[in-house]
Amino acid sequence: MLGALTVLLIYQLVGEVLVQLTGLPVPGPVVGMLLLFITLMARNGAPDVLRGTSQQLLSHLSLLFVPAGVGVMLHFGRLGNEWLALAAALVGSTVITIAVTALVMRLLQRR
Amino acid sequence: MKFSDIWVYLSATPLLGLTVTLVAYQAAFWIYTKLKRNPLANPVAIAVALLVAILWFTGTPYATYFEGAQFVHFLLGPATVALAVPLYANLGTLKRNLLPLGGALLAGSLVAVVSAVGIGWALGASRESLLSLAPKSVTTPIAMGITEKLGGLPSLTAVLVVATGILGAVLAKGTLNLLRIEDHAVRGFAVGVAAHGIGTARAFQVSETMGAFAGLAMGLNGLVTAFLFPLLVKLWGT
Repeated sequence: MLGALTVLLIYQLVGEVLVQLTGLPVPGPVVGMLLLFITLMARNGAPDVLRGTSQQLLSHLSLLFVPAGVGVMLHFGRLGNEWLALAAALVGSTVITIAVTALVMRLLQRR
Repeated sequence: MKFSDIWVYLSATPLLGLTVTLVAYQAAFWIYTKLKRNPLANPVAIAVALLVAILWFTGTPYATYFEGAQFVHFLLGPATVALAVPLYANLGTLKRNLLPLGGALLAGSLVAVVSAVGIGWALGASRESLLSLAPKSVTTPIAMGITEKLGGLPSLTAVLVVATGILGAVLAKGTLNLLRIEDHAVRGFAVGVAAHGIGTARAFQVSETMGAFAGLAMGLNGLVTAFLFPLLVKLWGT
């Protein structure tokens, strides 16, 4: 558990450093995720400890959004002014995205 | 010691913000389970509502609360890195269906960003809101990272992402039935691209196949959007 958490932090750290060095506009943890993915491919699998720790961390993933979500209280004014545009964008875009993804996938499966 | 003295002491330490976050989340999760995991009773939404109410009643500023809550928030980084593990577990599926999955992923990622920004822009949303809205279909830790990098408001993104997840979980069935798409692999993948983790959780309730494809789509969409979105912003001309 401790070892696996250290591995995750090291990959995140390397990701952050790479982003700083290259000026890539991508979040550091995403680069860390990509590097870990490449490592897993290179060594043909994840060690059991890493699998266990990742699963534990990800099973509580929704808890981790809560502190940022509470930040909504800073944006009540903005939401009050723009609620219609934001609500329409969320509903419209969600339906369109589901439809386009499904249709493209079905089309390409038939070829 | 009077109660008000204890309050003054506690509100100055991170302990209170951290504890109240964990308690609120577990209360919210209990409510969610009691309501038979109805997607409308999303535990993140309930926990956020509880905490906002508590902070409002006690007159606590968000910054004070965050002193404690930041310890939870910090774990988003390692959790994002950890997404590589389930993604790797689905590598076989990905390799066998490279063309349909790759094509659907690219189309879905692009449409998710462009349609959200397009509708928001047409209805007069501000630039900061549009930047915060764009990565709304991506799993929260990645979406917040993207917004932070590009000058949007990460906390607004968090709210919009959760709302998208709930909407996706609720609207997917009707949309896919209307299009007469029955294959669980296709249904799952579409929900995962549009509605990340919350959609994935919903897909797992329907079937194992649907859940696995949704999870794969969530991971891939996070990765693709993180690299694609900054390019779109550049094209859009900042």
